[in-house]
Amino acid sequence: MRNHKLTELNEQAVQYIAVGAAVLGTGGGGDPHIGKLMAMEAIRKYGPVRLLSPEDLEDDALVVPISMIGAPTVMNEKIPSIQQMIKPLDMIEKELGRKVSAIMPIEVGGGNSLVPVITAAERNIPIVDADAMGRAFPESQMVTFYLDGIDCSPITMADERGNGVLMHAIDGVWEERMARAVTIQMGGSASICDYPVTGAQVKQSAIPHTLTLAYEIGKTLFESKELKQNPIEMLLKQLNGYALFQGKAVDIRRRTEGGFTRGEAIFEGTDAKKGRTMTLFFQNEFLLATEDGHSIAITPDLISVLDQDTGMPITTENLKYGARVSVVGFPCDPKWRSPKGLETVGPQYFGYDAPYVLIEQLAAEKGGAE
Amino acid sequence: MSHTNVDNMEEIYRIGIDVGGTNTDAALLDSKLNTIHTIKVHTTRDVNEGITESIRRLLAESSVNPAQIRYAMLGTTHCTNAIVERKHLGKVGLIRIGAPATTAVPPLADWDDTLKATVCPHAYVVHGGYEYDGRTIVETDEEEILDCFLKMKGEVEAVAICGVFSPVNTSQEKRVEELAKQVLGADMPVTLSHEIGSIGLLERENASLLNGALLNVIAGVVKGFEEALHTYGIDASLYICQNDGTLMYSEYALRYPILTIACGPTNSIRGAAHLSGLNDALVVDIGGTTTDIGVLMQGFPRQSSAAVEIGGIRTNFRMPDILSIGIGGGTIVRLDETQDQVTVGPDSVGYELLKRGLIFGGDTLTATDVAVKLNRYEWKDAQTEVLDESICKRADEIITRDIEEAIDRMKTSSDPVDVILVGGGSILVADKLEGVSRIVRPDHYDAANAIGAALGEVSGETERIYSLDEMSYDEAKEDARSHAIEQAVLAGADRDTVQIVLSEDIPIAYLPGNALLVKVKAAGRL
Repeated sequence: MRNHKLTELNEQAVQYIAVGAAVLGTGGGGDPHIGKLMAMEAIRKYGPVRLLSPEDLEDDALVVPISMIGAPTVMNEKIPSIQQMIKPLDMIEKELGRKVSAIMPIEVGGGNSLVPVITAAERNIPIVDADAMGRAFPESQMVTFYLDGIDCSPITMADERGNGVLMHAIDGVWEERMARAVTIQMGGSASICDYPVTGAQVKQSAIPHTLTLAYEIGKTLFESKELKQNPIEMLLKQLNGYALFQGKAVDIRRRTEGGFTRGEAIFEGTDAKKGRTMTLFFQNEFLLATEDGHSIAITPDLISVLDQDTGMPITTENLKYGARVSVVGFPCDPKWRSPKGLETVGPQYFGYDAPYVLIEQLAAEKGGAE
Repeated sequence: MSHTNVDNMEEIYRIGIDVGGTNTDAALLDSKLNTIHTIKVHTTRDVNEGITESIRRLLAESSVNPAQIRYAMLGTTHCTNAIVERKHLGKVGLIRIGAPATTAVPPLADWDDTLKATVCPHAYVVHGGYEYDGRTIVETDEEEILDCFLKMKGEVEAVAICGVFSPVNTSQEKRVEELAKQVLGADMPVTLSHEIGSIGLLERENASLLNGALLNVIAGVVKGFEEALHTYGIDASLYICQNDGTLMYSEYALRYPILTIACGPTNSIRGAAHLSGLNDALVVDIGGTTTDIGVLMQGFPRQSSAAVEIGGIRTNFRMPDILSIGIGGGTIVRLDETQDQVTVGPDSVGYELLKRGLIFGGDTLTATDVAVKLNRYEWKDAQTEVLDESICKRADEIITRDIEEAIDRMKTSSDPVDVILVGGGSILVADKLEGVSRIVRPDHYDAANAIGAALGEVSGETERIYSLDEMSYDEAKEDARSHAIEQAVLAGADRDTVQIVLSEDIPIAYLPGNALLVKVKAAGRL
């Protein structure tokens, strides 16, 4: 599907990735706007960033993911500094006593897809075209590295004042608890490096070519506008996706539970879906879609809400009454469908009663029933 | 439709003027808010001429004694135009209180170079800022700040100050304002970001900068308005309309010109509510080139929740949620004979309708021609026989469908809604629309915007993050309510009439203590 190889992240690429990452963010992951502005500023200042395919990594290369942890609302107000984006990397290098060969995004959804560009540009090191989610998820242990038993430590965090924290956690679940506590003390938003991995581990465990995927999605959405083609149809073809529902948001219920925004959005069907009702359950991300009470897509498969006209993604925070949307679903990376994957990010983990069924199977059953 | 009221020497009147792109509308209301008279004149290149002319005709035609006019309200597009056309903008010096945070995105990062050079020759990021809960990130360094102001001296006409989480803790911004006046003089106008926008640093900073750049523009507007009133012997309190449907004292408007942007559609919505007596409905305002649809909720327009771009710049101050579609009285209707297809718009003959429309002897088939041909509206001496009825019917179907679809998009549920039709182009619309329970066409429908401007309520707002671990939900809401009410009273509202007109809260993810962003607005009569 990729018609050319993306080898460099410039300002144009950053703009495409920001849009693609919002689609892969499945409603969460934060607004990529600030991430995009930070990345573009860094590229203007230090030049474009080299993008490395995971296959091109030496097996013993040291690769470190970098991301922001905390509340996107805080990051939009207390924007990070460039120093703050470099410090966790410096601390990792010091702790491990060796240089980092490349950095990578921990998630390709939302703002964190572009956060590594700042550090990479300033340090003049490449970014690996891969991530450890293939989408966005809310917690630190929800990464493929955790599924594969890779050590998340040492973990380094920094705030804008110059504070740095070095942590050793026994696993990703403990990392989540401790890093979250540190983040609060740092003012609700912090930079973090975790899961320092080798080139071999990236090849074995990360989800490859996801920055290119985000780029291609963004490019499709921008180009469909110019070509006057239906952006949603183009996207579905590109991602082997399913058109789940078309309709209008008629009720959105939000509540805060355990530090997360949880809720449901109810949609009334239009066009082919007239007379039907879809409910989307979310906790930052869209996690479960039901039509007239029956599941039609379930986490960890991806559910994205797109503006019916432009195809542009809508986040859970920006979804409002009256929005005309197309809801689409995509199969997740097969790693999430393993028993440990489903234990970590399946519907039960998020407190939903529905058993996980592959989106392909749900679509086939539905096709058969109608 | 109008009547004079010269007998009542005790009566106190108010005038409202709304300057639009094509027309300047004016309305005269009595103390019970009855409409006495309305006027429509062309908006002139020098906007003040149109304003003066509308006042002249209003007084001449109504015979009201100018001495009995006590309130004068103006809604204007001056500021919007200044930004879009990039003319008359002043030079602003910016202080962002943010370092060591925020430096990864410098000020004006998403502005184009021309506008950057026009508006902001000096932008500095200094040490300071707060956390979301009001804790200090780092102290400010007064020497550093004084130094920035020294560099600005003689090169800026206004100052904008924007600190991290200043909506939560305003102290640093206020202290920096004192330092600005110390160096640049007590007369230097200063915009504090916490008075302009909400959480979201870059958008609030942008809005504050634009506000500073518009100070000259609004000063010209207020001066012109004062002179026009003075010319006709009107000694009234002056108010300027803001985009949430409430008014600002002219002295207040001189400090917050950005809040006048997009007051036009808001005035229509408020006017439509008053004229129809409805508090909850959709307002469809059809002009010469566009149809603007807004949502009336408890007497006020629904606000947009998304960041709003003005002249290509992302801002986050309050704006009405308006859907505009390209259908108006002057919209051009075409027949593609090869494909046998009728199309409507999106272009319009605009103010040349009376010259170019076919029924007026012109050369262009317009939406107004269609409406007259289908007997929606009578026009004396209309040359309807030249019109092809089947083309008109097909065009009418498209117009009706487009308006129905736009109405549906703005609804909050699939239940049928009441629609109030206002604006000169509202004659285009059929008496029945799908999804609409009732169509209300109030008197004075074509001057609803000027009437909305004249109504005059003033408001106050709170936007604050509360921790529900420290207080109950009810206590947080009560705190926000009483703060908003005090703000409204400060803005000139009569305390006895102040009501809460908007109250919403948004839980914030990933913050401890069940953080809740609460927004409350209160409004009351003058």
